[in-house]
Amino acid sequence: MSQITLSKLAHSYIASPKSEADYALKEMDHVWQDGGAYALLGSSGCGKTTLLNIISGLVLPSRGRVLFGDTDVTDADTAARNIAQVFQFPVVYDTMSVRDNLSFPLRNRGMDPAYIGARVNQIARMIGMEDILNRKAQGLTADAKQKISLGRGMVREDVNAILFDEPLTVIDPHMKWELRTQLKQLHREFGHTMIYVTHDQTEALTFADKVVVMYDGRVVQMGPPEELFETPAHTFVGYFIGSPGMNLFDAEIKGSEARLGGVLVPLGAAYGPTAGRTQIGIRPEYVLLGDEGLPVTVERVEDVGRHRIVRAELQGQPLNAILSDGMALPTDACVSFAPGKINVYADDWRVAGGGI
Amino acid sequence: MDKTLNNKAWFLVLPVLVLVAFSAVLPLMTVVNYAFNDTFGQNKFFWAGLDWFEEMVTSDRLHQALGRQILFSAIILAIEVPLGIFIALNMPKKGFFASFCLILMALPLLIPFNVVGTIWQIFGRVDIGLLGHTLAAIGIDYNYTNDPIDAWITVIIMDVWHWTSLVALLAYAGLQSIPQAYYQAARIDQANRWSVFRYIELPKMKGVLLIAILLRFMDSFMIYTEPFVVTGGGPGNSTTFLSIDLAKMATGQFDLGPAAAFSLMYFLVILLISWVFFTVMTNLDREENH
Repeated sequence: MSQITLSKLAHSYIASPKSEADYALKEMDHVWQDGGAYALLGSSGCGKTTLLNIISGLVLPSRGRVLFGDTDVTDADTAARNIAQVFQFPVVYDTMSVRDNLSFPLRNRGMDPAYIGARVNQIARMIGMEDILNRKAQGLTADAKQKISLGRGMVREDVNAILFDEPLTVIDPHMKWELRTQLKQLHREFGHTMIYVTHDQTEALTFADKVVVMYDGRVVQMGPPEELFETPAHTFVGYFIGSPGMNLFDAEIKGSEARLGGVLVPLGAAYGPTAGRTQIGIRPEYVLLGDEGLPVTVERVEDVGRHRIVRAELQGQPLNAILSDGMALPTDACVSFAPGKINVYADDWRVAGGGI
Repeated sequence: MDKTLNNKAWFLVLPVLVLVAFSAVLPLMTVVNYAFNDTFGQNKFFWAGLDWFEEMVTSDRLHQALGRQILFSAIILAIEVPLGIFIALNMPKKGFFASFCLILMALPLLIPFNVVGTIWQIFGRVDIGLLGHTLAAIGIDYNYTNDPIDAWITVIIMDVWHWTSLVALLAYAGLQSIPQAYYQAARIDQANRWSVFRYIELPKMKGVLLIAILLRFMDSFMIYTEPFVVTGGGPGNSTTFLSIDLAKMATGQFDLGPAAAFSLMYFLVILLISWVFFTVMTNLDREENH
């Protein structure tokens, strides 16, 4: 087990990339701490799988180095890195029994048969497949096959990291929750570094201590879930995390106020002059509906169970607000923004504010 | 809702029935007719019952031809299937050379059978053939017209040259359909090359390989033109396979009765083996989709 360092890493699937747009992964420097549970979150095609495959050694990066601890493993193959990876779609060895499937990585490493037997039983118990250990893997359901893949990923105790590439896509929702809990428990028990790729924020937020959000080949933010929620570093993080995502308004920033169409919004912090497209962002959770403040036009109200989502329009720009249970929607509704919860963005990146 | 019954619709099937009758059923009936009758010409037939069949089943000549046939099919399957797989594994997977290799591999398959025979007949000749002459020049005593072993080797190499491509192309198609994730998982699991072949490639190729084996078995079991052109069944009877023997009997000796009985049994044997293959394959499919 070791800390994973990505140093000046970039990758392009094109042989001689010319512009930055040719890179599937833009240059990045990141350190993944030993024993951390990371969730790699982002929409399809943002480079999540590429990054994962570079870490596991399936893909050789165009530029930069990958370090495990202090060892440079950039040119080492997958076997030498001793890393486990579970793929999006189940990969089982059809002609082998479930038991042989689970023990395959251990047998390939020439482990002691007695140890293999005990370890396989332990993993089988974890994924609930003790009863069918001697069955052929062929003909099992997609769920069961994916559980075998997960089991094969976890069977080696000495791996440097376990990478999961959207492993629960094919699993039904009930089982998903159970397996995620088990992964989390496994993490607590053995302390492997785990990187879990997903495009489902619930999955990411429940699994990980640290969430890594990727957008367009770049890691835009790496931090604990609260940080991603409160201070998204990029408008994409604001939009992607949270349901519904952060409200973003084009605004003009002047010191500690933002001019939003015809109205002024106090920001709670002072900002220097900003360049490019400036926006302010506020979470729907921090939009307060009441009789006073900025007038909005309510378009519709959606009941999602725990609370209601108000879809409205503020100065011609769409706005979402959360109306908690039991609260009535005022007739001429106005909104105010909770102080200190507004983030300011220049060209999509967050600008830190200073004291007033 | 009741459907209108209109038996005149059967007339729509008539053209096909007539066509199949003339192209397949009636000629086959002629064979059946000859198999159960004896004739002294002038279109006069005498009922012979199962006599011809008895004669054929107990005939040494047929047993020997059948033995040679089975040996030939077994040898070419034992060479062509592993060799085809080996070639497929080593063919480039993409890029210019992938297309190049595919075309190269397909070439032997496009040559008419009798031309293949002629090519090898000349190629192997000791006086003017490149192969035969070269072998003679380096002191190897090779002559497919005199030596039964040499004749067998020539016929087998010819068949391997002609048909290994078919196995290779089918195996290649099977390999191409394996998702990349399997190879990646194998690398993650630290499997060696043999394990990748044994547990990923071979199981995934199983379907196409069975088809390849079936096709190669049927074709080799019926082989006629190529060995006939090269060796004419000789030296002696050493390369007289079933169909060559059959042709000799029917058109050479004009023993139409035994030849007809022989061809019916021949037909049934191939039908039976093909049926076994078909059953095995459909069972495998069912197992996979289970």
